[in-house]
Amino acid sequence: MENWRNNRLVFAVLALPPTAWLVIFFTVPLLIMWVYSFAERGPQGQINLAINLANYARAVEWIHLGIIWKSIWVAAITTLITFAVGFPLAMGIAFAPARWKNVLLLLVILPFWTNLLIRTYAWIAVLRTRGFLNFGLEWVHDKLSTLFASIGFPELMGEFEALELLYNQKAVVIGLVYVYLPFLVLPIYATIEKLDKSYLEASLDLGAGHWRTLFSVTMPLALPGIASGCLLAFILSMGTFLTPALLGGTDSEMIGNLIARQFSSSRDWPFGSALSFLLLYLTFIILWVRASLAGRKDGPI
Amino acid sequence: MKNTPNFPFTRRRFLQGSGAALAAVSFGGSGAFAADKKINVYNWDTYIGETTLGSFTDKTGIEVQYDLYANLEEMFAKFQAGNPGYDVIFPSDYMIETMIAADMLEELDRSRIPNFKNVDEAFLNPSFDPGCKYNAPYFWGSVGIGYRKSKVGEVDSWSILFDNDKHSGRMAMLADQRFVMGVALLYLGYSPNTTKQEEINAARDLLVKTKKHLKGFVPDSGQDMLISGDIDVVMEWNGDILKVMEEDDDLTYVIPKEGTVIWVDGLSIPKGAPNRDAAYEFIDHVMDANVNAEIANTIHYATTNKAAREFVSKDDLANPAIYASDEVVAKSEALADVGDALPMYDAAWTEVQAS
Repeated sequence: MENWRNNRLVFAVLALPPTAWLVIFFTVPLLIMWVYSFAERGPQGQINLAINLANYARAVEWIHLGIIWKSIWVAAITTLITFAVGFPLAMGIAFAPARWKNVLLLLVILPFWTNLLIRTYAWIAVLRTRGFLNFGLEWVHDKLSTLFASIGFPELMGEFEALELLYNQKAVVIGLVYVYLPFLVLPIYATIEKLDKSYLEASLDLGAGHWRTLFSVTMPLALPGIASGCLLAFILSMGTFLTPALLGGTDSEMIGNLIARQFSSSRDWPFGSALSFLLLYLTFIILWVRASLAGRKDGPI
Repeated sequence: MKNTPNFPFTRRRFLQGSGAALAAVSFGGSGAFAADKKINVYNWDTYIGETTLGSFTDKTGIEVQYDLYANLEEMFAKFQAGNPGYDVIFPSDYMIETMIAADMLEELDRSRIPNFKNVDEAFLNPSFDPGCKYNAPYFWGSVGIGYRKSKVGEVDSWSILFDNDKHSGRMAMLADQRFVMGVALLYLGYSPNTTKQEEINAARDLLVKTKKHLKGFVPDSGQDMLISGDIDVVMEWNGDILKVMEEDDDLTYVIPKEGTVIWVDGLSIPKGAPNRDAAYEFIDHVMDANVNAEIANTIHYATTNKAAREFVSKDDLANPAIYASDEVVAKSEALADVGDALPMYDAAWTEVQAS
């Protein structure tokens, strides 16, 4: 294989479009936002350029830190559950027979083909008081009631009471786990897939059980993928705004909702920019911690 | 949705037959006259009659180039870098004031709008544009209470939401900070446009107390929750409740006796309009009693045009979710631009959400 250094022109030509795209549509807008974050809000929501730290001072007020803290919590719980569901799923796909693998992977990616908004509304239809889940439970309940009545215990089951599943933090976490599961499964799948399976065979041959092999061999070897997947799920759910707005109750506002409001009804772009950058810095810190942890062992991934 | 909360999507203008908008967008070009004159109109989605634009072109020979926006912030953002070429726009209450303050609107020359005389006096002196110097009133709507009659009986006061735990967990409110804060302020006897910190704090405390009994502050799904039986009482837009009322007889809408926060849209000419003469003709056309009534009968919102009422469908006129009694309207107020006080509202709303 020829080294690209021998063909700098080709490399430059190929690299130009993506670089230009990145600069024009990512770096420049981010820079503008950064400048805005030091600006002042005019009475009509104008952005009066200035250099002041008032927006940042407001962003780190307790109330806003509280919302950030809540977002971190929700993201952490989401990541934990997503991992508990996603890791076995990734394992299952990685060790599935070859002809099933692609189908299973497709099933994981399939939800992306539908708009997130529609999928979230679907959760509303499933979870609400008179939603599909409660209908299903009620059906089971009625069948059991009839059954018990027929064997002489008519009062055993009592009246069916619908579960309040929607408009609370649980619903938000369910929605987030659902949305970000593929982001966690795919990187983990990729690392397990690449694993040298002879390590696992060796472990089993040398007397370790399946659990021991899982925790002492597979997981440590898959750690880079686990870390990437969990980080992705964590960062994405921390900044979410659609899910808490649609599935959450009266105490579900997350940092993403607060930021979105600054760019709409509160028309305070400078403050919204400062909040966004606070979130961005937080993300950088997390990534830096991860990179330095990984760097100690095998370099950044 | 008015004053759109966190969302790009909206259904506040749901009813106005979407076919009308489609027909309207594809307009232009085919006027009866070989049109070399053109007018650029920028309106809410589905917020015009089916024949309005066609009859305008037939009458004047002016071709209509018609663009749509989904919320006011979107429209305002376009004008912040200067008028992109529109002749007529349809801003609402507080946004009219914002645009006046930002020097974006032309002062209207009434002598060029003979049909201005058709406007109901109740709408001629709004706080957001005293004397209607910069806008010609178009349609209006309200936030009120949508409820299930068989579950809560007759409702006539906001106290069902603010002062009552009988329906705890069976109620919801909009997720719109200005409208919800505005109603809370009104209920406490203050102006929904107050800039006094202590009054805003009082509204905040009322909402914090009320919140315990709410299922949620919902962006645009209150009417769905109501019809699906998730809740029995909801603070919502009249247009949204109107839709579910048509599907379920047990649901109805009321503007409580304390009054409410209403929204009023106007027709305005933005500064720098390329074809100001046509803009005046267009505004006068829309304010014609017959033309205006046709719009009302298409979009099912309440018109501010008194002369047009004669031609508006009787069902609509009798529907509490569209028109309200004059005395309730008199007690109601539209949102104004609170300028530097907006961050105070935002902070109060954040505290309500975080508490």
